[in-house]
Amino acid sequence: MIQTELAIVGAGPAGLSAAIEARRAGADVLLIDENARPGGQLFKQIHKFFGSRAHKAGTRGINIGTELLRESQELGIRTCLKGEVCGIENGQNLWVVIDRNRSEIVKAKKIILATGATENAVAFPGWDLPGIMGAGAAQTMINVNRVLPGRKVLMLGSGNVGVIVSYQLLQAGADVVAVLEAAPKLGGYGVHTAKVARAGVPFYVSHTVKQAFGTDHVEAVEIVKLDASFNQIPGTEHIMEADTVCLATGLTPLTELAWLAGCKFKYLPALGGHLPIHDDRMRTTKENIFVAGDITGIEEASTAMEEGRLAGINAAADLGYISEEEAKIRSREIWDSLNCLRSGYFGQKRRESKDLMLQTGNEVIQWKIH
Amino acid sequence: MEELHKSPAYPDRDRLYKGPIAIIECIEEIPCNPCEAACSNGAITIGESITNLPKMDFEKCVACGRCIPACPGLAIYIKDYTYSDTKALLSFPYEYYPLPEVNDIVEAVDRHGNTLCQAKVIKVRNPKSNDHTAVVTIEYPKEYFEEVISIKRIK
Repeated sequence: MIQTELAIVGAGPAGLSAAIEARRAGADVLLIDENARPGGQLFKQIHKFFGSRAHKAGTRGINIGTELLRESQELGIRTCLKGEVCGIENGQNLWVVIDRNRSEIVKAKKIILATGATENAVAFPGWDLPGIMGAGAAQTMINVNRVLPGRKVLMLGSGNVGVIVSYQLLQAGADVVAVLEAAPKLGGYGVHTAKVARAGVPFYVSHTVKQAFGTDHVEAVEIVKLDASFNQIPGTEHIMEADTVCLATGLTPLTELAWLAGCKFKYLPALGGHLPIHDDRMRTTKENIFVAGDITGIEEASTAMEEGRLAGINAAADLGYISEEEAKIRSREIWDSLNCLRSGYFGQKRRESKDLMLQTGNEVIQWKIH
Repeated sequence: MEELHKSPAYPDRDRLYKGPIAIIECIEEIPCNPCEAACSNGAITIGESITNLPKMDFEKCVACGRCIPACPGLAIYIKDYTYSDTKALLSFPYEYYPLPEVNDIVEAVDRHGNTLCQAKVIKVRNPKSNDHTAVVTIEYPKEYFEEVISIKRIK
C-alpha cells in the first residue's frame, strides 16, 4: 500500500498543474498516469498556443509540457507511471494496476481526478480497415513517434482538432486530400482553417464518409453530401483516393472513475455530455474528490491548466496547507483568467454551460473544509 | 474578404498601397494576445479582454515584422506595394521543411492555395527567437498584390 495526502489521477496539463500547486503549498503528492511519460496530450501539441501572454500564450504545447515537467521534478513530486487506476473506493482508496502486472492500493486523503478525454469514433462500412484512426492517434504517430501514418489523408471533422492535425500532417510531409465537415459550417478557429486552406486543402461542408474501401488497408473513400437533417443525399457520392482516414469527430470526457466513486452528474452537451458536478473549488459531490481538466468538460489545455491549479490550491487548503482566505483570493484570480479564456464567440457557450455547472455545484456540494 | 476589410486591423486601400505595412487577418474573438506585446512601437492593441480583436494603429506600424512569428495563428504578414516598379513584397510565416532558399523561384498562392504567379525568395529569417516559425520574404508581380498570401509548400 502506498500512502499519500493527495493522489492525482492523470498527469496531463490539469494534473501536472494541480500537482505543482499542491506540492508548492507543502502537500505530499502522488501523481499517477497510465502512460510511460507524463504530459498527457501536451507533448504532441507542436503548435503555438493561443491565450494570454501571462499564461504562456505563443509557446508551443510541447515546450509548456517540458516546463511543467521540469517544475514538477524540481518540487520532487512523486509519480507513478504506467499506472492504470482501475478502481476507487470510499473516496480515498485507489486500485492501481502498475506495468500491467502488479496491483497496488493507494490510500489518499484527497483525490483529484484529471483523467482527460477520449476521441469519438464514427462508424461506416469499412471503418475497421487499417489506416482509419482517430486524429489524435495520427497526431501521436507523427509528433511523438515520428511515423507518418500515410501519404494521402482524409480528415473527417473540421473542428480545431481536425484542422490542427491536418496542418501538422502537412508539416510531417503528408498530403491532406480533403477535410470533411458534416455540419453546414466549418468548426475550427478561422486562423487554423486558413493555414490549411492556403496549403491548398479542399474543405467539404455538409459531407461525410459513406464507406471506405481497401483489401488490407484503406485505399479509397466514398464521400457523400448531407442534407440539413444530416441524411445522406443519394446520387451525390464520389470517390477519393486515400490511404489514411482521420476521425476528428469530437471528444468525450473520461468519467468512469467519477461514476465509480459515486459522484453525482449533470448533462451539459456543449461541454461533452455527462459531467461530474463540481463547485468553484473543483470539489465534486463526493467528499475528498476533486476534478480538473477535460473530465469537467471538453476544452483546451489552457483552461485545463487553470482548472488544475484551482483543484491543487483547494485540495491543499483542504489539507490545511493554505489558509481559507488565501485559497479564496488565489481561486478568484484563476477564475478571472478562466472567464477571460471562456469569453468571445467561441468561449461563450462553454462559459454558459460552466456557469450552469457551478450554480448546481455551489448549491449541492456541502462537504466542509477539514 | 468582406469580413477582412471590416476588421480593425486591416488597412484601408490608401494605406495598403502607400508602403510597407503589417496586416493581421484575425477576425474572430479568440482568447489570444501575444501580438500586442510583440510590437515595440505599440501599434497593436488588444486591451484588457484577451478576446478583443487586435486593433492596428497604421501610423505607428513601421513594418519591422516582429509580430509575424509572434502570432500563434500565423495570421500576420507584411506587404509592400511600393517595393519596385513592377514587383511587390510579402513577408509571411512559414513552418514547413525544407525552408526555401534565397533566390529560389517559388509558386505564390492565394488564400485557397491556388497558384497565382511565380515569386522570388528574397530573404529567409529563422532565428531561435522565432521558435521555428520562419519568416520568408518574396517578391512577386504587383498585379497579384492583394491576393497572394503565401507560397506553395516545397516538398
